[in-house]
Amino acid sequence: MADPIKFTIDGRELEVAPGTLVIEAAKRAGIEIPSFCYYEGYALQAACRMCLVDVEKMPKMQVACTLPATAGMVVHTDSEQVRKARKSMLEFLLANHPLDCPVCDKGGECELQDMAFRYGAGESRFTETKLHVDEQQWSPVVFYDGPRCILCFRCVRACEEGMGVGALGTINRGAMSLIAPNHGDHLECDECGQCIDICPVGALTSGSYRYQTRPWEMEHVGTICTHCSNGCTTTLGVRQDEICRGNNRDRSGINGEFLCIKGRYAYDFHQHPERLQSPMMRVNGKLEAVSWSQALSAVAKKFSEIKTRGGKFGVIGSNHTTNEENFYLQKFAREGLGTNNIDHHRTGDVATLVDALSGTSGQLATTGDLYERKAFLILGADLAIEQPLLSFQIRANFRHHGARIYTVTEKEVREDNYGTKAVRVAPGAELEALEGLREALAAEPELVILFNDSVKGEGVRKLVEFGQSLGIPVRYCALLDYSNSRGAIDMGMVPELLPGYHASNAAGLTVSEMLEAADLDALYVVGANPLKKAPLKSTRAFVVVQEMFLTETAQRADVILPAGSAYEKNGTVTNVCGEVQKLKRAVGTLGAKPDLEIIGLIGKEMGLAPLLGPWLPDTVFMEIRRKVKSYDIPLALISTGAQQTMPVNGRVNVEGRSDTVWSAHDNLFTSGTLGRYSKILNSVLEKRISEPTPDREEYIGQ
Amino acid sequence: MLYNEPHPLEVKVLSRRFGLPNSASIETYLETEGYKALEKAVGMTPDEIIGEVKASGLRGRGGAGFPTGLKWSFVPKTSPKPKFIMVNADESEPGTCKDRLLIEYDPHQLIEGVLIAGLAVGAQQGYVYIRGEYRYLIAIMDKAIREAYERGYLGDNILGKGIKFHLSTHSGAGAYECGEESALLESFEGKRGNPRIRPPFPAVAGAYKSPTVLNNVETFCAVPPILLNGGAYFAGLGSPKNGGTRLFCLSGHINNPGVFELPMGFNLMRMINEVGGGMKNGRKLKAVIPGGSSCPVLKADECDLAMDFDTLAAAKSMLGSGGVVVMDDQTCMVSAALRIMRFYAHESCGWCIPCREGTTWLRKLLQRFHDGMGRRSDIVLIGDLAKNMLGRTFCPLGDAAALPTISIVEKFEEEFEAHLDGKPCPYENASRLVTA
Amino acid sequence: MTFSPELESLFEQFLNKYPAGQKRSAMIPMLIYGQDEVGSITDELVEEVAKRVGVTALQVNEVVGFYSMLHRKPMGKYHVQVCTNISCLLVGGMELYDQACKKLGIGHKQVTADGRVSLEEVECIGACSWAPAMQVNYDFYHDVTPQQLDKLLDGLTAGKQPEQIADVSRVNS
Ligand SMILES: Cc1cc2nc3c(=O)[nH]c(=O)nc-3n(C[C@H](O)[C@H](O)[C@H](O)COP(=O)(O)O)c2cc1C
Ligand code: SF4
Ligand code: FES
Repeated sequence: MADPIKFTIDGRELEVAPGTLVIEAAKRAGIEIPSFCYYEGYALQAACRMCLVDVEKMPKMQVACTLPATAGMVVHTDSEQVRKARKSMLEFLLANHPLDCPVCDKGGECELQDMAFRYGAGESRFTETKLHVDEQQWSPVVFYDGPRCILCFRCVRACEEGMGVGALGTINRGAMSLIAPNHGDHLECDECGQCIDICPVGALTSGSYRYQTRPWEMEHVGTICTHCSNGCTTTLGVRQDEICRGNNRDRSGINGEFLCIKGRYAYDFHQHPERLQSPMMRVNGKLEAVSWSQALSAVAKKFSEIKTRGGKFGVIGSNHTTNEENFYLQKFAREGLGTNNIDHHRTGDVATLVDALSGTSGQLATTGDLYERKAFLILGADLAIEQPLLSFQIRANFRHHGARIYTVTEKEVREDNYGTKAVRVAPGAELEALEGLREALAAEPELVILFNDSVKGEGVRKLVEFGQSLGIPVRYCALLDYSNSRGAIDMGMVPELLPGYHASNAAGLTVSEMLEAADLDALYVVGANPLKKAPLKSTRAFVVVQEMFLTETAQRADVILPAGSAYEKNGTVTNVCGEVQKLKRAVGTLGAKPDLEIIGLIGKEMGLAPLLGPWLPDTVFMEIRRKVKSYDIPLALISTGAQQTMPVNGRVNVEGRSDTVWSAHDNLFTSGTLGRYSKILNSVLEKRISEPTPDREEYIGQ
Repeated sequence: MLYNEPHPLEVKVLSRRFGLPNSASIETYLETEGYKALEKAVGMTPDEIIGEVKASGLRGRGGAGFPTGLKWSFVPKTSPKPKFIMVNADESEPGTCKDRLLIEYDPHQLIEGVLIAGLAVGAQQGYVYIRGEYRYLIAIMDKAIREAYERGYLGDNILGKGIKFHLSTHSGAGAYECGEESALLESFEGKRGNPRIRPPFPAVAGAYKSPTVLNNVETFCAVPPILLNGGAYFAGLGSPKNGGTRLFCLSGHINNPGVFELPMGFNLMRMINEVGGGMKNGRKLKAVIPGGSSCPVLKADECDLAMDFDTLAAAKSMLGSGGVVVMDDQTCMVSAALRIMRFYAHESCGWCIPCREGTTWLRKLLQRFHDGMGRRSDIVLIGDLAKNMLGRTFCPLGDAAALPTISIVEKFEEEFEAHLDGKPCPYENASRLVTA
Repeated sequence: MTFSPELESLFEQFLNKYPAGQKRSAMIPMLIYGQDEVGSITDELVEEVAKRVGVTALQVNEVVGFYSMLHRKPMGKYHVQVCTNISCLLVGGMELYDQACKKLGIGHKQVTADGRVSLEEVECIGACSWAPAMQVNYDFYHDVTPQQLDKLLDGLTAGKQPEQIADVSRVNS
């Protein structure tokens, strides 16, 4: 890199890389230069003219947002002239701006309000009539109030550059200019809501949050979104034990400001009226509400009985409960019930990848890698639809570092638009396309390979062989669904593996085998809905289900224990890149209990407490640190951030059951059971069904 | 017929073919030294061509008056991307109607000028961006281009010397801002006519981000005569640092309005009284807009000056685009200011706050004021708001709106006073009288 | 969407005028010539142009709203555009416009009931030295007098074509 240059700003000498914009240099030095249109990471506009500064030896004031600092440049950001300029810009802006702050959603966190307060004039000299246009609803979640819009074009860039969607544009000219959606009167887009977040004023507002509360009435709880495997931090605004909104303006977490529709809005499933609030038991054929103690002792009694007569158990864990819960559950099953019939819905073949990479290190990609590495090979997945954050990272990488992207998919994908090479293949034929790409890929300085469930078992080994043979540094990422698919395997929630990828060396049934087993005596399901896919053969099986809703599986239960959602508990989850992050309880569980506690209470009733140990997330995590390779992470470390785990070690000397791997390919607006109970997601889906749109199939397809 | 009977004081260089029988045809052009300058240029090195243009003292006729030779010299000698020549025929500056004549009566002169520019910077493709309202000119231009191709003055083997250059027209669709060079390029690329962040300038990154020479029609039309007779000759026609002649568009309250080619530095009063035939209906001169509505107005007593870039700059105005708008003593300067501001508010592209909001605010304010609902404090406010736009907008359109406004409130404050307290405009019927 | 053979070949020319990969440059010419035939910028036209130049309909709509000559709603068969900008204003442009409003009984960007004539107050059309000036569609009218305007409007409303209307200073067509 070229050597830094020195320049002066408000009397302070700064040293920056050549080409650094004055506004950025100032920010880093703690000097605020106000701006509306300048937004780090997006294209420069120089439209709002708020950032005018004095530069010695220049006739006119300069806009700091497009002015590269040059050696010896002398900048003043607080001269009389500059202060007057800012004041006048605000006067111009406020001229046509409705001063409805008291009822504006943005009131209290509005950048225009803050600027007016800091740099503005007390009174307005504008006495003409203001322009008016009516507010419009563009989608179930996006509303636009034209008069409030200051035309900073942030939303347009967030959509075009950030999301690669380009659903927003500018229409009309001059003072009549407005932002407009891509389909005349409505939007067809990812509905990610980032345009709303990035809007400095109250022009774009959120269908779910608007007019609910005032910002200062909420506490903000940063926790991890439970919908997909990407693990975005969603900062929940909570008022009186109720979640009013989700966003991540404080850029905490691996996702910075990014959230997709699910992370931003789909917490709403936890407030769904059909949410189970009380335990239920089958009393002469019908499910009836019972007390916790009744339900728990009934379960304990039955489990102990079956255990003593050596009956056949089946235990199914979850890919969206916490690491602690899965760890505790497999321990309960293996040591408590004495069964190795434990499994969960595996959505990607991590186990084989880990085995194939044995002996290497640092070859599992991190979320950060997706923004920093030079080249990417995407196999099978429609990233923008199924892995929102990962695709956001790669797009930003392309914009800022010119990353090269190779896609091998059945249909066209968004990555093709800026990709280097797109190859179309029949589903399952992904690997056959590799040799054709070898030359191009080998010429890359480094590579990250992302693959979904279209590559599993032997396929994964072939893929890794191919990758290792390219002669360049290669990192891998097995794409997964749901917030803790990765954690479930790490915690040994499968028959063949103990926590930390140690071979269990014991036989055990997989999910489908359990459902097939006509002689199954008990089925214990925690946070999963296997009966949606296949029926339960065994008629005699005593079925216990920990769930939030009356799912297909719950309907077959003899006892239902109402479980807490991710927003109602503490614990850790591990995202698709193996990054462990902490869930933070945002609201109470009402009648339900966190799964960990429920398992603990059943164990206690069965007299297993001494064996299983306390069911406190932090205590369980202490044991995980000891037992699960590369999870030896001080809690303090992840209480705010993320910590990547690399469980790669010597061979996993057992063949993983990759035949059981399948992904539901949930899209932006679906997310298994959770999605089914999200009003917001459904409202968007219904809109798409009601009016056929180009991408309809994509969303309604399955 | 558009062109006027030639006036004895005119020095007809660019307009010398105006009025010849079918002057637009290539035959007429060739009979009158047409494409001779090109033949000469072919024998010169690019630096020699640029040298001649520099020597001619030619300065941009689009408004900014930037030295043309210097501009051409900014184009990188070698470029991985193809280079382009862009003709700015968006002519939209109120008071200006000269490019129209140059294309209507002598399109080949423009083509030849463009070809020479192409040789000078190593471009092989050019476009003429013509404002949408000038539809009939597109036909004339297309015909001329066809003739040039037929006679081998355009194509892949120009003059049989293997020289390559292609030219076509491009229609605008009604937007003053698209006359601004970077907005023109955006518009040319099929986008909204918002100006671009500069640097980089078109010479380095213009059309399709490739090096582009962008000049006004009249500027290109001056090139063939310059090459033909030498830069020194052209320079000699004008005043120091203001080479050559210029097409002045006289309009307003004069007896003989029209477009006249006069030497740079020609005296404004003589322009009005001798070339323009003096004030209409024997009225007295009140004010003059010297170079299109973007220029600060001159009061009658300021008009005894030489019409060149530097003298007008010294007089705190601008030579601009050559649109000389003459206003007599019956003109209401408040309504003049209002009409001018209505124009800029209508044409502001909306990109930047001070221009978008400032022009609209001032339009409303001036309307209310002229309607007799003005307050004394408004008079200060008008000047204040205009000054708050000045030098702070994204492109010069903001200045173009602010400058005339500031000059009018400052120079004609008493007329604003006269509109106060609900008094009707003292000049209510002024213009009606004139047309009668 | 189908166009006349003439327009199709024009579109063909436009799409081939620009360097490879720069079809988008043809957008504005296609829109304005398309409007001349279709009568206005319809959603259908927008979609079609978007398709042919390879952009989204939104990107075309962004452009349509920006240019004053592109109309979303149909104007009259004869679109009368009176300039009232400064040079014309000084010599009666505004009065001509008012006269046209009264005579036609319509205002800015409005169309007569029979759809024959529409009116627009326009900015400088580059005829300042021959002011007051106006355009009917693409034809210029210079040094227009109130009497001539009357004749012209009478003629147009009576169903005449501009070229059939005597002693009116019509130029360039
Ligand atoms: C708002 C605005 C409008 C302009 N309109 C025109 C125009 O209609 N025609 C023109 O030639 N130049 C116009 N210009 C000047 C151009 O930006 C550019 O300076 C000029 O075309 C360069 O050519 P020249 O150096 O030959 O003058 C305009 C500038 C501004 C700021
Ligand atoms: S990308 Fe995934 S984790 Fe991030 S907000 Fe969307 S659904 Fe949640
Ligand atoms: S002012 Fe009317 S044509 Fe120029």
